[in-house]
Amino acid sequence: MRIGIDVGGTNTDAVLMDGMEVLSSTKTPTTANVTDGITAALRTIIADSGLDVAKLDAVMIGTTHFTNAVVERRRLQPTACIRLGLPATACLPPLVDWPGDLADVLGRHTYLAHGGHEFDGREISPFDPDEIRRIAEDIKQNGVNAIAISSVFSPVNAAFEEKAAEVVKQVMPEANITLSSTIGRIGLLERENAAIMNACLRELAMKTVSGFKAALAAMNISAPFFISQNDGTLMNADFAADHPVLTFASGPTNSMRGAAFLSGLKDAIVVDVGGTTTDIGVLQQGFPRVAAMAVNIGGVRTNFRMPDTLSIGLGGGSIIATDPVRVGPQSVGYELTSKARVFGGEVLTTTDIAVAAGQAKIGDRDRVSGLDSGLVTSVQDRIEEMVNVSVDRMKTSATPVPVIVVGGGSILIQREIEGTSEMVKPHHYAVANAIGAAIAQVGGETDKVFSLAEMGRDEALAQAKQEATDRAVSAGADADTVEIVDVEEVPLAYLPGNATRIMVKAVGDLVGG
Amino acid sequence: MRLLDESNIEDIALGAAVLGTGGGGDPYIGMLMARQAIRDYGPVELFDLDELEESDLVVPTAMMGAPTVMVEKMPNGDDIVNAFESIGKYLGKPIRATMSIEAGGLNSVVPIYVAARLRLPMVDCDGMGRAFPELQMVTHTIHGISATPFSMSDERGNTVLMETVNNNWTETFARSVTVNMGAMAMIACYAATVKQLKEAAVHGTMSKAETIGQTIRRARVQEEDPVNTVREAVGGYMVFKGKIGDVERRTEGGFAKGDAYLEGLDEYAGKQLQLSFQNEHLAVRIDGEFKVTVPDLIVLLDIDTGEPITTEGMRYGYRVAVISMPCTEKWRTPEGLALVGPRYFGYDVDYVPVEQRYG
Repeated sequence: MRIGIDVGGTNTDAVLMDGMEVLSSTKTPTTANVTDGITAALRTIIADSGLDVAKLDAVMIGTTHFTNAVVERRRLQPTACIRLGLPATACLPPLVDWPGDLADVLGRHTYLAHGGHEFDGREISPFDPDEIRRIAEDIKQNGVNAIAISSVFSPVNAAFEEKAAEVVKQVMPEANITLSSTIGRIGLLERENAAIMNACLRELAMKTVSGFKAALAAMNISAPFFISQNDGTLMNADFAADHPVLTFASGPTNSMRGAAFLSGLKDAIVVDVGGTTTDIGVLQQGFPRVAAMAVNIGGVRTNFRMPDTLSIGLGGGSIIATDPVRVGPQSVGYELTSKARVFGGEVLTTTDIAVAAGQAKIGDRDRVSGLDSGLVTSVQDRIEEMVNVSVDRMKTSATPVPVIVVGGGSILIQREIEGTSEMVKPHHYAVANAIGAAIAQVGGETDKVFSLAEMGRDEALAQAKQEATDRAVSAGADADTVEIVDVEEVPLAYLPGNATRIMVKAVGDLVGG
Repeated sequence: MRLLDESNIEDIALGAAVLGTGGGGDPYIGMLMARQAIRDYGPVELFDLDELEESDLVVPTAMMGAPTVMVEKMPNGDDIVNAFESIGKYLGKPIRATMSIEAGGLNSVVPIYVAARLRLPMVDCDGMGRAFPELQMVTHTIHGISATPFSMSDERGNTVLMETVNNNWTETFARSVTVNMGAMAMIACYAATVKQLKEAAVHGTMSKAETIGQTIRRARVQEEDPVNTVREAVGGYMVFKGKIGDVERRTEGGFAKGDAYLEGLDEYAGKQLQLSFQNEHLAVRIDGEFKVTVPDLIVLLDIDTGEPITTEGMRYGYRVAVISMPCTEKWRTPEGLALVGPRYFGYDVDYVPVEQRYG
């Protein structure tokens, strides 16, 4: 049996699952220190289900805690960044495009050193251990303990980053070091940004993860626990403590994965209707389609593989304007149960319209019985149009696809959506995100430039697949279950030798899960 | 003369993405370089050609290479300065200013970095008025200005200087040197006097990019109809509104080629548009008939935001407006059309200026 927990901005949801079956679920308010909310959710779930905690195989947690720390500029450690690439890259040093307040919080400790590789693996300049030692001594003198190390084309060859880490450890054995090659993909500034964010979050991550451990121990749960990452796969607790940045945007991923699980569909559009917004995403082979564009987090540019979601201002709390008819984007949000008309408030919301139309039986229907039926219809028309346009925009082809509707505001979606083959509203739709966490698998990926003229396409692909598989296994996947789920080849313009960028992703079931 | 500061740079980069007509490279890295140099060395003087002496020598600067490499192995900064200074050294003459060779995309902003570092002026003109995929596709070529002396520098301090018999040979050699330099090189070329540029260059293109960028930024804030606002600002024509359907892509001879198909929306409902591209958008056919081709500019804008959409960024479901802007008159001459007209890119059709069909 497994417990899945999703720690969102407003609610902490938890589910207990036995294999494919959902035994129990709960929603509790998220607390400032996160751990208390988790403890409360666990207590409810255990009490409701009468669970014998000794029978638990694993606990999975999805959290926005680390994203929020960056966005709020709180609980971040002063961090140094060493980049290996001189004489290249000198005109754009680390932190170059960061918001000033965040760069100040981290302390602007940036260093450029020799090293780095060309796209084809040649060295830009040799690695110089003495240079790194001098830098490490300077960092030590400044009292900084978190260090990010980046190197040009480290996704192709990570050797210099690893060598630099060894030298730094000789000077500062206690330093907490993040290598960019373990975090991100091609695109030096974006990968380095992610490594720096990871380094500054490490201390918080260690504290948070031990807080989670303590919460589980307090419930006498001895099962291992995992944390979900942005691509819908899991990290074990120790790996997560070292790679907090990988949790960014795991929330939408979990809700889409949960939708896939609940509906049994692997290729579909997911419409997740919350209180304020509706997020629309695309499932491909059971995983969210990822965005191609750079993603900003707290003002910092990254190239994480975030789910490609379209967010529109439509939710259960969206406020209705009547002349002319408009829906949202303003919302009463978490105050729905006091401000909406059916709950005795004065604000006309989408939920009131749904109740008036007989789509839902919540609150006091008499309070909306006097609504003009023309208004109800035109609001429904407007909602239908908003959903139709957005779903159509996210589709990958003109072929009709199934659509899965999840989230607390699902009652708003009643009519058929254009260009779709069927509409599925699965049971337990309101806790799809916690379910997504509970069913997550373990993955590994690789992203490198290969010269196909030298090694041939088959060998390059085999090598990339092996590397992705190895990464999945070292992250905790059962080697017998690992499958390649995504292969992308991009031929590079201008380059000789048929240079091709190959990205591979592998996933497998958790060992013993 | 006026001064370019940080805020001008961001507008120019945004406008350059429109003039990039779907290609030209992401201006992000170039924008950061220019912004950083202005922070370190102060604002850059932007001159009109008329404000300089006719005998003054101007040398354009640019980055050349694979976009994937540019985002990983960024320049040193000295490299592009070396490329620029080696031309003056070779010619034995002082160089008065630098300029952009390509106002569309990345290379609109790269010369601002050089100008800031060397405290030299930048000239408000370029050699394309847009973006094109090959080196010889500049208005300088029409007017007999040689690409050489052509210098290429890397971050190690290497500089390769070449003289060639014509601009096509320059392109050939430059490609192989670029690869040896790590698939990216900083270049300086097409040295010309102000007198030559008055005839040969496309005037006012930096200011034009800036105006476009400003317009998009304001339209975003004021929630006006951004597409129409941008169309008016660039003096363009509305060609189509539609939704992107299929996008077919292929790589040929080192170029990203393909076709996108759009289904008409609103007053264009029932019509189908075929958009052909090779790094940049090249030709528009509506219901099988050629409507707009190079060298006129074909720009796709997101209907909701007015943001330009690149050839790589085109995806099923995007709702876009297709607008077209007249190219410079220089491209409409027989010599210009031989270099960049529809037939050069393999379309067996005569060029018809956009305003004749949509004006």
